[in-house]
Amino acid sequence: MSMSATRIGAVIRKELAEFSRNRFILTTTAIFPIVFLVSPTAQILSIKASELSTVLQKRVETGLFLPLLIPVFVPAILSAYAVVGEREQGTLEPVLTTPVTGLHFLLGKAAAIFVPAIGISYLMFGIFVAITQFAAAPAVATAVLHAPQLPAALVFVPLLAAWAIWVGLAISARATDTRVAQQLSILGSLPPVAVTALMSFDVIPPTFTVAVALAGGLLVIDGLACFVVAQAFDRERLITGTKPTTEQHYRVRGAS
Amino acid sequence: MADVSFSVARGEVFGFLGPNGAGKTTTVRILGTLIAPTAGSAVVAGLPLSPANAAEIRQRISIMPEAPGLYRRLTVTENLDYFARLYGLPQREQRINQALAAVGLADRAHDLTGSLSKGLRQRAALARTLLNDPEVMFLDEPTSGLDPVAAHEVHGLIASLRDRGVTVFLTTHRLDEAERLCDRVAIMNTHLRTIGRPDDLRRALFSRSLAVITAAPLAQPGQVFTGQPAVQAWQAVDGSDTGPAGYLVTVSDPAQAAPAVTRALVAAGADVLSITESRHTLEDVYLELVEDTEGRTR
Repeated sequence: MSMSATRIGAVIRKELAEFSRNRFILTTTAIFPIVFLVSPTAQILSIKASELSTVLQKRVETGLFLPLLIPVFVPAILSAYAVVGEREQGTLEPVLTTPVTGLHFLLGKAAAIFVPAIGISYLMFGIFVAITQFAAAPAVATAVLHAPQLPAALVFVPLLAAWAIWVGLAISARATDTRVAQQLSILGSLPPVAVTALMSFDVIPPTFTVAVALAGGLLVIDGLACFVVAQAFDRERLITGTKPTTEQHYRVRGAS
Repeated sequence: MADVSFSVARGEVFGFLGPNGAGKTTTVRILGTLIAPTAGSAVVAGLPLSPANAAEIRQRISIMPEAPGLYRRLTVTENLDYFARLYGLPQREQRINQALAAVGLADRAHDLTGSLSKGLRQRAALARTLLNDPEVMFLDEPTSGLDPVAAHEVHGLIASLRDRGVTVFLTTHRLDEAERLCDRVAIMNTHLRTIGRPDDLRRALFSRSLAVITAAPLAQPGQVFTGQPAVQAWQAVDGSDTGPAGYLVTVSDPAQAAPAVTRALVAAGADVLSITESRHTLEDVYLELVEDTEGRTR
């Protein structure tokens, strides 16, 4: 295994071990998925088979939108904690004294959030679809399964999560308080959700071409966000809380 | 911080002393490539301090900040394993075991660090700094907040580092600690006030003297002390007309002056209770320099 992979893997292992033993993190990652699963499921199950097909379609679209907030809120909360939380615990400085680069550190943090966030999101979508197939009226179940928003949502889950993670990490690297970072992170993660919502509610027609274009755009933005956050990750600012005063500052990117 | 210039030899324990805000931690952070200097240059572990060398310097050194900075929800071993991986070390398990053995923490390897006492956490942090077998180790206030027993244990560990040939850069407020552990010390107060061996600093700042106590005041002390070899001056320091009396005799060489003074006292019929060399501590040196800088009078 290369040195980079070893270091990224180290951060991932450490983060997952900490997440699994942190009651606050576990509660946070449990509450949002449960809320965004129970609410749309109840909504779908309340639809009567006799409802007009247009009304049925609208309610299904609404029901499929809410689970899309899981891959936004969960990573936003976790990533906002990732750097400022370590600063508050006093664990960041020892890490920054090692040869780990900022990019490796951030990629490790991001992956450790991305994987469980995606896993939980798909699990919730799976439970949602399974419940509707078994418990909803047959016409409603068919409408859910054949809604064009369903495959689109599955594609958008990782893209929205990645955006929320990079926004959260950027805020976390500059914030001095975890709670403020989490609030700002949630706010910052919402713009792509708005576009997805417009598609879910047919304001933007959810055609294959539109979905691919939006997904491609979001993918590019996610890549740029990773680059920008890694560039802005500065040891001196993280240690002292102030902007470096010289040109010769120790960015944590590349080999430095 | 300005005018800070010094060199530390390989295997030396170097003390960096100064009041709060003197720039001790900033110096450590600069040398540890955590923050960049606004001016000046340095060589750390054989490499010039620059952004291009920063990663390699960090590979060759280790820094223990004032706070242990351990992940409280992870065990001691998990903490060390994380750092061993960040350093990209081979044979991690063996290195972790060696580091834990060196700090006497092998039996607590699987305890959560959050459950350890402050002294044990400090030891775990010290084990972390040993993992990469550093050429230079920066210890920032390693005994801060520790009780005397825990501090004594950490002192023992630092002494053992010297025995292993590790260069130790120790910043501390505890002057007794610096005096006991350091080969040389630098005293800083936004700029370097002095640097040297504790003994040399004492000699440079304070005249050497003998403290003489007799059972009763001498009838003619001037005749006893004046003219003795290596004696420069003398003064009565305390005592009453009838009880024990004290004299402070300033000398150029205590080893030469003490026997001569003793003989003169005996010849004068004095009952000598004690003759000791009056030693100034590193604290005296520190206070002399720092208070002088801050414009106070002693």
